[in-house]
Amino acid sequence: MSGVAFILISILTLAAALATATLPNLMHAAFCFVLALLGLASFFFLLGAEFVGLALVFIYIGAVAVLIVFTILLTRRDSKEHHGVNWSGVLIAFAVFVGLIWAVLKTQSLSIVPPHIRALTVRQIGQTLMTGYVWPLQCVGLLLTAALIGALVLVMEEKK
Amino acid sequence: MYRIMTPTLPLVLIVSAALFSIGLLAALSRRHAIFILIGIEMMLAAANLNFIAFWRFAPPPHPSTGVMIAIFSIAISAAEAAVGLAMVIAVYRHYRTTNVDEYDQLKG
Amino acid sequence: MSSALDQIFVHAKHWLLSWIAGAPGWVVQIVSSLINIVALLIVFLTLFALISVLERKILGRMQNRYGPNRVGPFGLFQPVADGIKMLIKEDIVPARADKVLHFLAPVILAAVAILTLGVIPYGRNMTAFRIDGGILFFFAVGSATELAVFMAGWASNNKFSMLGAMRAIAQMFSYELPLIITVLPAVMVVGSLMPDRIVFAQGEYTLGIVPRWFVFTPWGAAAFILFFVSGLVESNRTPFDVPEGESEIVAGHMTEYSGFKYATFFLAEYLGMFAVSGMAVTLFLGGWHAPARVLEFVPSYLWFFGKLSALLFVYIWLRATLPRTRVDQMMNVAWKFMLPMAFTCVIAAAVWHYGGRGLRGWLWSLLVIVVVYSALSILLDTRRKFARRVYRFAE
Repeated sequence: MSGVAFILISILTLAAALATATLPNLMHAAFCFVLALLGLASFFFLLGAEFVGLALVFIYIGAVAVLIVFTILLTRRDSKEHHGVNWSGVLIAFAVFVGLIWAVLKTQSLSIVPPHIRALTVRQIGQTLMTGYVWPLQCVGLLLTAALIGALVLVMEEKK
Repeated sequence: MYRIMTPTLPLVLIVSAALFSIGLLAALSRRHAIFILIGIEMMLAAANLNFIAFWRFAPPPHPSTGVMIAIFSIAISAAEAAVGLAMVIAVYRHYRTTNVDEYDQLKG
Repeated sequence: MSSALDQIFVHAKHWLLSWIAGAPGWVVQIVSSLINIVALLIVFLTLFALISVLERKILGRMQNRYGPNRVGPFGLFQPVADGIKMLIKEDIVPARADKVLHFLAPVILAAVAILTLGVIPYGRNMTAFRIDGGILFFFAVGSATELAVFMAGWASNNKFSMLGAMRAIAQMFSYELPLIITVLPAVMVVGSLMPDRIVFAQGEYTLGIVPRWFVFTPWGAAAFILFFVSGLVESNRTPFDVPEGESEIVAGHMTEYSGFKYATFFLAEYLGMFAVSGMAVTLFLGGWHAPARVLEFVPSYLWFFGKLSALLFVYIWLRATLPRTRVDQMMNVAWKFMLPMAFTCVIAAAVWHYGGRGLRGWLWSLLVIVVVYSALSILLDTRRKFARRVYRFAE
């Protein structure tokens, strides 16, 4: 059951990601990115990390994806790419892929049996965030505030 | 046959490696600034998948570190996307293009 | 007896599942989910048909006319006639439209609305998907609405559609913040993101008479009003139907849609309205709990749908009463008033909790809300900043 779901989700995610990397129509590529993220979120669900999957959907599909499509719209002058394939990029990406696969298959310590784990509840995540990870949490809050203000300052109209 | 299909750690890692490479492909072969950003986001997402996979397949008395790092990394990549897209818009105002090959002056 | 009536749907489902008791675990799981989905669809599509005719009748009464009364008894078969009309209409797709996205947008909207309906507890033991982060699920899935609206606007390749979609996204983004932040106090007080637990926490009675619904605390009342208004905006209802204001931009992002796709938009809008009202009932109005101990013999789902209908009636009432707001005024209210008030609700809930959850905490949290509300009203008062308006008539 989870094997079939695993294969379906990986095919969906990777196909959508590949479409994002190659489609000439930018808006279609952006929506394929959303699809790839949805696949990734279902991956997280499959692996038992529901909270992370939901957070991914919430942040990426609810906010980042809308930002991306808006930016494409605002910089619409060239919403289609006219150029040939950049072979060096393809080559490097493929080399990295082969290297990673080689590393994964070569490592012996990875083939452990999946232990039967209890699901991580939202309550536990909240308690961990509020005890052991308070400082990182505060730093992320500060970072997000800085990013918010920084993004606003960057796009503000310059006074002539 | 069924044994092979159940997700094991190497299988998940292979999928995440593929996702990472596709992100790299997008970042390297696209000329549009936004899609270079999307490629970087995709690589970050693949890294998140690794964190979750290692958390899931860790030996029994495991802490929830993998999940925590994934949550923080999602928050940070959201901040990165916001600033990055704002920069794309700001640069577009100067150059009137989003093709990164044409960003060839330091002075705007 | 009353508990048998209360659990009748749960027992019915168990009875249905007992037919396939011998099947492997995953088959039972899939069939169980399918039963839930079918039940959800039947209930809410019926409710949609009913509300669409009742809305027109209530609007008619409020405007001193009859409303639909030709098709069937009291015009009750009107939705069937409307459905047939919508189905046999021509489905027009603009020549320059993006065919795939144009088709996908209404589908995604309706799917999202149905998914969000799944996490709401409709009665004792009656939640379709019981997941740990139910409320997060509700808002995470609900946030895909914006993308679908954008898809509709962009794929239509029409200026009105695009402008409408822009307006819709702008207002949804601005009001999503108060919508989510007003949920926080309830989640904080209960200490769980699971809708079932939140309903369960509102089950007791203070002094044996007043139910412990969150709407009866100061922070709960304020949060409920803010949540309700934000919900109005999220479901694009009058007085906040700016994105589809007929007199300004035809029909907004739905301009280029016709026939059954338009009907799907309509359906998604109503389902979204049910979902937001259902969430409001769950979070603040005690979910399926009865308002008094003597009334507990009435089945729990009847209480839920009763409260839901009351909220839906308020939606219709507002539509009959209020004129459409202006875009800039709406955004100003979202950022300058709703958002600070939503944060105040969070603080007031904390004050209520540390004040001992009794009368003392109640009064302190009331004080916090009143102080912030008055400060905001004084600060945002624009009347004194402008010169007196002078009217010049033709002489």
